[in-house]
Amino acid sequence: MGRLKYYQPEYECMDYEQLKELQGKRLAETFRHVYENVEYYRKRCEEAGVTPDDIKGLEDLDKIPFTCKDDLRATYPYGLFAVPKEKVVRIHASSGTTGKQIVVGYTKEDLDIWDDCAARQLVAVGADENDIVQVAYGYGLFTGGFGLHGGATKLGCQVIPISSGNTQRQITFMKDLRSTVLACTPSYAAYLGEALHDMGLTPDDICLKAGIFGAEPWTEEMRRDIEKSLGIKAYDIYGLTEVLGPGVSYECAEQKGMHVNEDHFIVETIDPETGKRLPEGSKGELVFTAITKRAFPLMRFRTKDIGVLTREKCACGRTFVRMTKPMGRTDDMLIIRGVNVFPSQIEGVLLQNGYQANYQIIVGRENNTDTFEIKVEMVPEKFSDVVSEIEKEEKKLQNALLNILQVKAKVTLVAPKTIARSEGKAKRVIDTRKLHD
Amino acid sequence: MTVQQISIFLENKPEALSRLTQTLAQSDISLRAISLADTSDFGIARIIVDDVEATKKVLEANDFLVKVNPVIAVEIPDAPGSLNHILTILADNKRNLEYMYGFTGRKANQAYMIIRTTDIPKTEEVLAKAFIRMVDQSEIRNI
Repeated sequence: MGRLKYYQPEYECMDYEQLKELQGKRLAETFRHVYENVEYYRKRCEEAGVTPDDIKGLEDLDKIPFTCKDDLRATYPYGLFAVPKEKVVRIHASSGTTGKQIVVGYTKEDLDIWDDCAARQLVAVGADENDIVQVAYGYGLFTGGFGLHGGATKLGCQVIPISSGNTQRQITFMKDLRSTVLACTPSYAAYLGEALHDMGLTPDDICLKAGIFGAEPWTEEMRRDIEKSLGIKAYDIYGLTEVLGPGVSYECAEQKGMHVNEDHFIVETIDPETGKRLPEGSKGELVFTAITKRAFPLMRFRTKDIGVLTREKCACGRTFVRMTKPMGRTDDMLIIRGVNVFPSQIEGVLLQNGYQANYQIIVGRENNTDTFEIKVEMVPEKFSDVVSEIEKEEKKLQNALLNILQVKAKVTLVAPKTIARSEGKAKRVIDTRKLHD
Repeated sequence: MTVQQISIFLENKPEALSRLTQTLAQSDISLRAISLADTSDFGIARIIVDDVEATKKVLEANDFLVKVNPVIAVEIPDAPGSLNHILTILADNKRNLEYMYGFTGRKANQAYMIIRTTDIPKTEEVLAKAFIRMVDQSEIRNI
């Protein structure tokens, strides 16, 4: 255990009644801020007959209209920003359901909030300023790298911004620089665990004590495997670009669900069909409202992640509500090597490139890495008697897919009419990974 | 002078080729020549038959993806050095060869090479100038 027990105990262990009051106050302020600065959302509120005067506290949450992923697409790029552009100091992005990216922004203060949220996670896994944090999440538009980087920097850790990939160097740095905390996707952590052993090393040769893993689903079994192969305790972190990035919620030493940073985000579970709020303990779609961020504070954002909330007292002493790791999705989004992939994106690329929208996605896991294959029906226009001509077209399609999906897929050309038609999405996607307990 | 070749797209799986040969057999289509090209994930069967239109129809009716295109068929003596002679002519004239395959017919001491280059008309010209005998589709049924 590190020197610190909590990063900001005044919030993390706040009395629940006090917390509700703080949330109510911040909700009213932020709702007014969004209403006054985001025309698109103000119209939505006007249609619903809601004004800032109606939102006085937490009890008025139900009156606030939802925000959906479609709203982000409709307002691309700046339509949901609630501050003038000169206040925005950072942009991040993730994939949308079509070719368009979802773009979000942060003010300086927003980044501070993010750093705090990520620092709380680091402290919860036992880190303090003496730790060396190897950030093996990707850096760039993806929030993973910068999120943990900011938190670790704020906490005063030594940060190794190694980003993802180059496995040999990861292990070498781990060993030579004596990293104590690793942050990356769980599948990459599992892969690093194997690589360590392949290089003839054991957990005794490295100094890692904890890992912070998120951005994709993983199971308890995978957790135990990673813990064993790297000789660490492995913790779950949750976040999404639309709401913040990693650090919306974080696991503590108890490893029994993730505490939601409730001084910054209000979480609810709703029935995805009716939109009705569900009582604590029931499985539903997770909905988040940002109540402190200023550049991109979404009101009641529907995540399409399915989870359960509990206010049961946690032995760690934190009072923040805990959420289970997502147990599935209400849509057909896939997470492949940590990247969000929508079948509709693939469909779009195929049509644009002269193929039919008839395809099958096959996702599996080999050596702890996701395999991703797209079977595409050959069409007369792309067929040739010369192999290299077909391969040229295949390569073109592969590049177009990579460009949109940001994750590499293996394209396999199959004969026409061999992929079953109109059998629904169950047939369109074959996912043999075991992602949920 | 060219012949019409039918190319058929094949998936890379065990039954793909036999399904093709079965379809041809059931329709009583005899192959003059066949050549297979394959990659790690798909294949192409290229065939020469007597009746191109009828064969194409049968294959399409059985959901095969086919393409018909002209290729050059040259008649060469079934003797050492004759293929080398053809290839030397192509090389000397900088004709880029995509693929080729050979077959024999009923005529004794004669063999045939199917030649596919990037630019077919230009290749025909080069071969004709060198007095290489090429056959056309109507001759196919007699060889």
